[in-house]
Amino acid sequence: MKQPVSTAGPRLRALRAAFPATIPVLTGFLCLGLAYGLLMASKGYGPLWSALMSAVAFGGSMQYAAITLLTTAFDPLQAFLLSLMVNARHLFYGLSMLEKYRGLGKLRPFLIYTLCDETFSIVSSVEPPEDVERGAFCFWVSLLDYGYWVAASALGGILGGLITFNTAGMDFALTALFAVLFLEQWKKPENRPAGLIGLAAAAASRLFFGPGGMVIPAMLLILAALLGGRKRLCT
Amino acid sequence: MYLTPVQTLMMILAVAAGTQLTRWLPFLLFPEHRQPPRTVTYLGRVLPAAMMGLLVVYCLRNVPLWAAPHALPEALALALVAVLHRWKGSVLLSIAGGTALYMFLIQAVFA
Repeated sequence: MKQPVSTAGPRLRALRAAFPATIPVLTGFLCLGLAYGLLMASKGYGPLWSALMSAVAFGGSMQYAAITLLTTAFDPLQAFLLSLMVNARHLFYGLSMLEKYRGLGKLRPFLIYTLCDETFSIVSSVEPPEDVERGAFCFWVSLLDYGYWVAASALGGILGGLITFNTAGMDFALTALFAVLFLEQWKKPENRPAGLIGLAAAAASRLFFGPGGMVIPAMLLILAALLGGRKRLCT
Repeated sequence: MYLTPVQTLMMILAVAAGTQLTRWLPFLLFPEHRQPPRTVTYLGRVLPAAMMGLLVVYCLRNVPLWAAPHALPEALALALVAVLHRWKGSVLLSIAGGTALYMFLIQAVFA
């Protein structure tokens, strides 16, 4: 994703570098966000509620889970604990971004607030062009991804059942995004053992703990393998 | 709506608090002005590759492996993603190609 040096201002250059990287996220979020807004609307929560949830909580899979919580007995503590568990993987994103998000001043709280799967994958795997500041690049990726999600969930509530285009399978864009960024990590030989550990730990956890309970066991396995193999992995 | 607006608002805040805590905790535990322990720096370096592997599997977690079509659409689409990426090395092309093939497969072939 290298681009020729342009005469545009630094902020615009960063936006130009960031936008193409987020197009797959736009595709996936449009699909999943619309579906989320639609689902919320079917439970009586209009576009404003969807947008509010997306803007404040900003966590895809947890928001889907929360729809169930919104339609049963009022239990905020359960909602809090479930969000902690569903989103535990963010802990590892934060650990990975400690270095890259260092010294970014005012941008930093926003970058942390909006650090989701997709944004993390891009900012940790894609190097911005040389004439683009890393902080500005991370900021635009974060803002665009966040904006897509909030806008799409509101749009889902507004459009309702108006969409006639068959979007089934469009959310595969996110799977493909993670697969491609896995391959990008794979290009560096020193990343390969960790990549394999991630795949194997997740596959084993999926097999033994099922689709609903795989994330935390997988994270623990990854942690154990990475720490246990540290001497060999540290090159 | 099953809850009152105030209850709904509290639920949103509860979900937000849980989610945001997972985002902020590492940054609160290891503040900017202090050098984090070497183990943490090491984890920060190797975790992205491992998490990318986890995310791929996580996305596929609901795909039935033992029932027809035995994850064939996903496997074919991911194979195309890998081939395109090897061939052209363009992130966008690889993703667009894989997604288009997947949509075609589940809408027209394995429908």
